[in-house]
Order: sequence, then structure tokens, then C-alpha cells
Amino acid sequence: MIARLLLIITLTLVPVTTALAVEPDEILSDPVLEERAREVSRELRCVVCQNQDIDSSNAGIAREMRILVRERLMAGDTNADILEFMVARYGNYVLLRPPFNAQTYALWFAPLVLALFAGGIGYTVMRQARHKTIRPADLTTDEEAALQAVLETSSDIEKNK
Amino acid sequence: MKRMLYASPVLIAMIFGGFFLWGLNPERDPNAIPSVLISSPAPEVTLPEVAGTGVPGFSHADLVGDGGPVVVNIFASWCVPCRAEHAVLTRMVNQDGVRLFGINYQDQPEDALRWLNELGNPYERIGSDLNGRAAIDWGLTGVPETFIVGADGTVLYKHVGPILGNDAISAFTTALEQARQEGSS
Amino acid sequence: MIPEIGQFALTLALGFALVQSILPILGSARGNSLWMRSAYATSLAQVVFTMIAFAALMRSFVVSDFTVLNVVENSHSLKPLLFKIAGTWGSHEGSLLLWVLILTVFGAGVSVFGTNISAGLRARTLSVQAWISVGFFSFMLFTSNPFERVFPPPTDGQDLNPLLQDVGLAIHPPLLYIGYVGFSIVFSFAVAALIEGRVDAAWARWVRPWTLAAWMSLTAGIALGSWWAYYELGWGGWWFWDPVENVSFMPWLLGTALLHSAIVTEKRGAFKSWTILLAILTFSLSLLGTFIVRSGLLTSVHAFAVDPERGVYILWLLGISIGGSLTLYAWRAPALDAGGLFRPVSREAGLLLNNLLLATATGTVLFGTLYPLFVEAISGERLSVGPPFFNAAFIPMMLPLVFAMALGPFLSWKRADLAGVLQRLKFVAILSGLATLTIWYLTEGGPALAYLSIAIAIWMLLATLQEWAGRIRLGDVTFRESFRRARNLPRASHGMTLAHAGLAIAILGFVGSSAWKSEQIVFVTPGTEVAIAGFDVRFEGVERVVGPNYVANRGTLTVELDGEYVTTLNPERRSYPVSQYSTTESAIRSNMAGDLYASLAEAANAQAEARGAWTLRILYEPLVNFIWIGSAMLVLGGGLSLSDRRLRVGAPKRASRSIPAATPAE
Repeated sequence: MIARLLLIITLTLVPVTTALAVEPDEILSDPVLEERAREVSRELRCVVCQNQDIDSSNAGIAREMRILVRERLMAGDTNADILEFMVARYGNYVLLRPPFNAQTYALWFAPLVLALFAGGIGYTVMRQARHKTIRPADLTTDEEAALQAVLETSSDIEKNK
Repeated sequence: MKRMLYASPVLIAMIFGGFFLWGLNPERDPNAIPSVLISSPAPEVTLPEVAGTGVPGFSHADLVGDGGPVVVNIFASWCVPCRAEHAVLTRMVNQDGVRLFGINYQDQPEDALRWLNELGNPYERIGSDLNGRAAIDWGLTGVPETFIVGADGTVLYKHVGPILGNDAISAFTTALEQARQEGSS
Repeated sequence: MIPEIGQFALTLALGFALVQSILPILGSARGNSLWMRSAYATSLAQVVFTMIAFAALMRSFVVSDFTVLNVVENSHSLKPLLFKIAGTWGSHEGSLLLWVLILTVFGAGVSVFGTNISAGLRARTLSVQAWISVGFFSFMLFTSNPFERVFPPPTDGQDLNPLLQDVGLAIHPPLLYIGYVGFSIVFSFAVAALIEGRVDAAWARWVRPWTLAAWMSLTAGIALGSWWAYYELGWGGWWFWDPVENVSFMPWLLGTALLHSAIVTEKRGAFKSWTILLAILTFSLSLLGTFIVRSGLLTSVHAFAVDPERGVYILWLLGISIGGSLTLYAWRAPALDAGGLFRPVSREAGLLLNNLLLATATGTVLFGTLYPLFVEAISGERLSVGPPFFNAAFIPMMLPLVFAMALGPFLSWKRADLAGVLQRLKFVAILSGLATLTIWYLTEGGPALAYLSIAIAIWMLLATLQEWAGRIRLGDVTFRESFRRARNLPRASHGMTLAHAGLAIAILGFVGSSAWKSEQIVFVTPGTEVAIAGFDVRFEGVERVVGPNYVANRGTLTVELDGEYVTTLNPERRSYPVSQYSTTESAIRSNMAGDLYASLAEAANAQAEARGAWTLRILYEPLVNFIWIGSAMLVLGGGLSLSDRRLRVGAPKRASRSIPAATPAE
């Protein structure tokens, strides 16, 4: 608890800037490169912030990272090179778009799996609704007894087979 | 089959609940970021000296050698927790003979000098990182941060925030002791 | 003394909740109508005593009673009165008190307005509702007492985080909570129906107004939160896929699904077990939100102070309520299913598609939000799942949904003629294509996905209007006749049109403001001119102003368009000495075409600061107002539906109790 408290103190004391996100002196004169810089910045997490990209963060370290992104762009790096450079220093944690690997297959395939599952349910429901398969609930005698116990009333339930 | 389908929501909820219970473990710090540097070589950066301190800057080569493990501390004169941590580091140097290197992060040399003159200079070497690039190579998240680098130049331990309080200090000295033993064996 | 009264009232409310959690349900099992009716008194007593507690806390805030710890931590004597009042629910403890207050108000609402609900179902519903009350009252009294005293009292308080000292944010939590907690009634209805073993048209009709009320509030709460983020945080964003935003969005998505599936259950007797499941899950996700915000499980910008002990307590509450209700569901729901017949092309099928897509989207958001926790638990590694993932996963699911939304209202129950519907929508298709081409021509460049989204939104908007026009036969008959038809249409029908059109308009806003946003960030000194989106903005200077509990630097910007004066903008940079926070008060010139948005901050660059420069950030966000207008239409549409006579008085008589349970309503 104390450690966390201290951490919070340190984090708020990261270089004392009161600025908001990107500053005028960071902006590159080449609009194409600047646009790419913004793109890359939106993919990178500010490591001291909570769920913020470095593009919109006002933390000091985020500013340093933004400047670094621009320096590397000027040096001719591709966007992927820069992301790789950051991952080498901060791990996959720094990427807001998780990389596609064994650790994240479950995440990236989740929407597809969920959609397929939903499709399966939809198909079943449609088939049932098309072919008349409606029948009264088929409870076993045990379940019937359990139901009785819960309801403790005979008026609610009658044999319906 | 049909029953399984109806039971699936509660099963999924139970799995989620298990993860939540794990997540509430008080030992877990949701803000901690594990360093990717641990067990890999310290960054290849060469840092110039901070003018006037009388101690040289350092490069990767200075971390490697038979002088035993080196403690690398990232600090700045404008960082308030660093001031509190300074006494702990000084004691480690004086009492335990720790080799302490400093990285002076985004600090004007004159400010750093004034700070060191006021509090004393426990650092064997201090590299200046005026533009903050070297700190990013070290995976810095906030100042101060302290690393233990083994005699072979491998980063062994990282502490985020000031080394203050019994828990942090004992964890740090234990790690340091371990690094020393590994180095000598 | 007053805080002690508050605490005593809370304890009493817990007592009444305990009685209500047992007596009525036992009464309905035994057929004891006196026990069943006791819920009426106990639910009202809960409200009264919770209100007393709430009033006691509010009074402590208003008079700045610094013997109360909660007031010390979240208020300051210099704070404006409105924010003193809002401070009541600004902290973990206070917001929890508001939470239970709303919970008890909804419970009493069922007692008072639910006179047409069968006595047995009402008694069971109120007991289930009281179980939730017991859980949360005890949570408050044992772990988060808002009336805790502090001795010796400090001379002044620590102030509420200034970011939260804002009108938008003062009313955002109450709305959000009405939404979250409103779903508790629907949950209680669902659990009561499972216990009773019966779901019929009457049940679905009783559930609808409560769902609508909660959903409207949640919609308004989320929109207000976005609006606050938009103008207060200073960079013009309105949605960040932060875990706390996600946990408010998930109940909204599922609640929307529930609204639609309840219609099918009511009108066609189908989807019973699915509607029940949605009712349970929607509230479960609300509870999950409460848990995540208050446990510190995930890192978030908005989280309350972290306390693992509280987290464990809420997790227990979650385990009992969600685990219990879903177990009951697994056991009882299989006996419920059976419903009307329909073909794959029918309104039922359309609503099924709506539900499946919304559920898939909810599942995706849930999984993405919790994935970092899963990975950490399994491998110990840290991972971030941020906006790029959510945008990539969520938007592709919404586009087909919105596309299909245009068709849904045209489809008839049981069996519909899709070819005929498409034939009728020929002109809408051509028109939306032309409109998109025009926009493409005018905007000269933008992401393909943006044009696709715009095309689909326009298609949906026009189709919705055509459906409405068709209903009142606009153009076919005299205007008078159309007007008469419009008046005779059920309000729920107008509500649907308004809400669907609102969503289309909000989508235009989402796309416009994210795809065609332009931005200028410059150092300015008095006299500097900046050109953006056709406007010329001149920075006149900064003056110092003093507010009640802050000091501010107020900038003056003169805005011109084609050499003519348009407006003056006054963005502020405020600093709050007590809490040592700075906030950015952006200045916005707003109209239908878009917002000109200015915010000001100290220059971060030392040289720039030395010559007296400020960092000025000017954004132009096209169509951003469509988001707020669309959201308002969603809420109004919900309100129109809610005011429908049929929902208020016309609940059909329930089938007589001699009809066997779990038999299809045919």
C-alpha cells in the first residue's frame, strides 16, 4: 500500500509540464511525416498514464516518446520500425493494439468466435421456429419434484405431460 | 446439449469470477509494468559527464568488468522523491560498498551540481541524459528508477519509484546480494 | 448529530430490506397475501430512510461539516454551492449512497405503480429487489460508511477534484446510476419469473417500461459523460474505450438488445428464455461496472480510491447475485422455451439478428476490457488493449446492424417479403448513394470506412423516415388525413422512429468528427493569427481572473470568417490552489456544421515561455453536434415509447393461474 502511494507520488512528479498533449515545438514541418507521427503516437501507450496514448497525454515521458517517434521518422524509420523500437524498451505493454501472436490469438479471434457462436444460436432458433418442434417442457420426475420444493405450492405447477 | 447451453452463462461467469478473485490479490499492483530489460544486456548508451561534478560519465563498457554488480540510479534535481531516496543510496554506498552509477535525467548541469553539493555525491559515475533519450533506452517510466546490473552487463533487477520503506529496501538489498553471489561464483 | 441520524437511518433501511427480502416471497409461496403486501410498506420505508440518510450527508456537505471524514476528503468551504451538493455523490461512499437510494426508489416504484402486476410476481420481484438492497446496504455500513467522523476536525477540506467540478459531471453520475440501477428491477422481474416458472406476454409488457426508463437514463448518462470529456479534457475527444467507459457501454448495448427482445416476447411469445437471460446479464454487467470502478482491478482514469477489501466484498455480492441468478436460469430456463412460429425473413428474425449482433458486440467489448487481466493471470505479462483494437473489432459489427436496422421496421411478423421491402427502399438506396457521393466530392479525401459508415447511416435515416411516412401515408392521402393518422399511431411507434433516426444522426456525428477533424497547435503571443477550416483566429492576449476557489488565465481569441467578425472565444486555464490541480476550460463556437474548439495552456517549451507565448490548440470538429442531438433523440424516443398508454395502463390481464406453468402461450 505504501509502495503504491509512493508510486503515485512519483508518477505525478514526472517532469513538471502543464502542457496538453502535442506541443507546437514538437510538430514536424513535413505534414506527411507529421501525420504519420500522429498515427504512430495513437498506437503507443503512455507508460505512466492509465489507458492513454502518448498523442493525447500530457505526461513528461509521453512528450519524450513523441519527440523520439518524430526523430526516428526523420531518420527514415517505418511506422513498424518505431513500434518495434518501443516494444524493445517497454514490452508489448506499450502497444495499444496488441500484437497478433500466441498470447493474443484468443483476443483477436474472440469477435469471430462470438459471431460464429451467435450465428449458431440464430440458426438453431430459426430452425426451431420454422419446423414446428414446439412441445411442452419435458421435465424429469426428479426435476418436477425439485420444482415443487422450490415453489412450495401446488397451484403454480401442474403435470403438463 | 440443450442443458449445457443454458448452463453456459453461469459457467462463464464462474470463470470470470475466478480471474477477478485472482486480480484482487493484495500483492498484485495493477499499475506495475514488468521491465523487458531484466535478464537482457544493459542498453548500449554512452553518457557524457555532468560538468563540474568531478566524476566521469559512463558507457556500457564501464558497467561490465570484475568490479561486481553496479547499481544504476536515474535521478533529477527537480524530482522530489529522489531527494528522499538520496539518503538511502548514500548509506548503501558508505556502509555496503555498493557501486552506484547515476543517470541525471533531463536536468541542467548547474541544477544537478547544486543538488549534489547540497546533499553530497554518492555516485561513482554520473552520466548526463539531458534530452531523456538514454532513459527511454532504459525503459524509464518515472523518476527515480533504480537498476542492478550484473558484472557481465546484464540487467538483473529494477525498482520503480524511490527505494524507501523497509519492504523496498530489503527487496533491493536481497537482489543486490544475489547479484554479488552470482558474480563471484 | 445529523450524521448519526443518517447512519441510523441507513441501519433502519437495512432492517426493512431484510424483512422485505424474506417475508413477501415466503408469502407468495404460502399464499399469505398479508405477507405479500408487506412489501408495499417495507419498500416505502426503505426509500424514506435512505432519503433521510442521503439528506443528512448532503447537509454535511452543504454546511461544510468537517467533522465528517467524507466531507473533509471531498469538499472545501470555498466551493460553489452546486458543487458542494454534487460533492455528496463525488466520492466512493457518497456515490454508493446515491446508488442504494436509486435502488430503493425503483423498488418503491414497483410497489406504487405496479398495481396491475399480479400479486405473486410483484411480491417475488420486491423480495429479489430487497436481496440486492441488503447486499448494498451492508456493503456500505461495513466497508464504506459515508458518515465516518474525524477527530479533531481539520479547519478546511481537501476539495473535490476540480475536473469533477463541472455541471455536466455533477449530473452525469446520477443519470448513469439511474440507468445501472434501473436494470435491477428488470433483473428482479426476471429472477421472480424464473422462480415462478412462468414468462408470458404480460410479464414482457411489465418489464418494458422499466427497461425503457433505465435505458433512457443510461443513454443520457453516457452521452453526458462523453460531452463532459469533450469540452473539459481539452483535446476534443469524446470516447476513449477506457475500461470505465466500457463498463457503462456494455449494459447499454445489452439493454438495447433487451428492449427489442422484450417486444418479441410480448407480441409473439417467443425468445422467452433469451429475454430473461438478457435481463439478468444487463444488470450483471451494471454490477460488474460497479465492481471494476471500485475495486481497482483494472487501471482507469476514472476509478475511485482503491481498496482491495471493498473489492472482495463486491465480488461476493457479484458472485451471489450473478452466480445465483444464472444458476437459477440454467435450472429453470429450459422449461420456458417455446414460442411462435416464424420464417427466416420476418420481424422476429430481424430482431433476432439485432440481438445476436448486439450480444456479440457486448461480448467483444467485455473480452477486450478484461483481456489484460486474463493474460496477466495466466502468464504474468502485461498487455494493453486500447482504442485501436476496439475500433477494429467493434465497428465492423455495428455496420451490418445499422444496415439491417433500416429494414427491420418494414418486416411483418411471422413472415415478411424481403424482396418487396427492398423494392420499396429503391429510392432510399439511390438517394443515400448520391448523398454519399456528394459528401465524397465535397470533402475531397477521407478514409473509405468513413464514407461507408456515412452511406449506411444516411440509408438508415432515410429508410426510417420512409417507414414513418408510409405509416401515416404521407403524400398518398391529404395532409390532414396524414396528420390524423400520425396522431392515432401509438406513441411507441413514433418513439421507435425518433430513436432510430437519432442513432443514424449520432453516427454521422461520430464519423464526421473523427474522420474530418482538423487541428492547429501553435505557440501564440498577442497578435498571432491562426487559420483553420476557413476561420481566421487572432490571439489577443491573456488576462488573469479570480474565481471562487480558483484563479484562471483567460485568453481572448477573435474569430473571423472571410474577413467578417464571427465570435470571441475565451478559453481558460484554471488552477485550484487547494487541490493543486489545473484544468483546461475550452471555449467552443458551436453550430450544426461543426465546432470550433479552442483550448489554451502554458507553453511547455522554456524558450517559448520566456517570450510570453502560450500553447493554443484549435480544433475544428465537423458535425460533432450531431452526436449530442442524436443522443437526445434516442432519449426522447425512449421517453415517447415510455409515455405510450399501452405501457401505462393496458397491461393485458394475466392468464388465469390454473393454466399450467411452462406451457407455450398459444
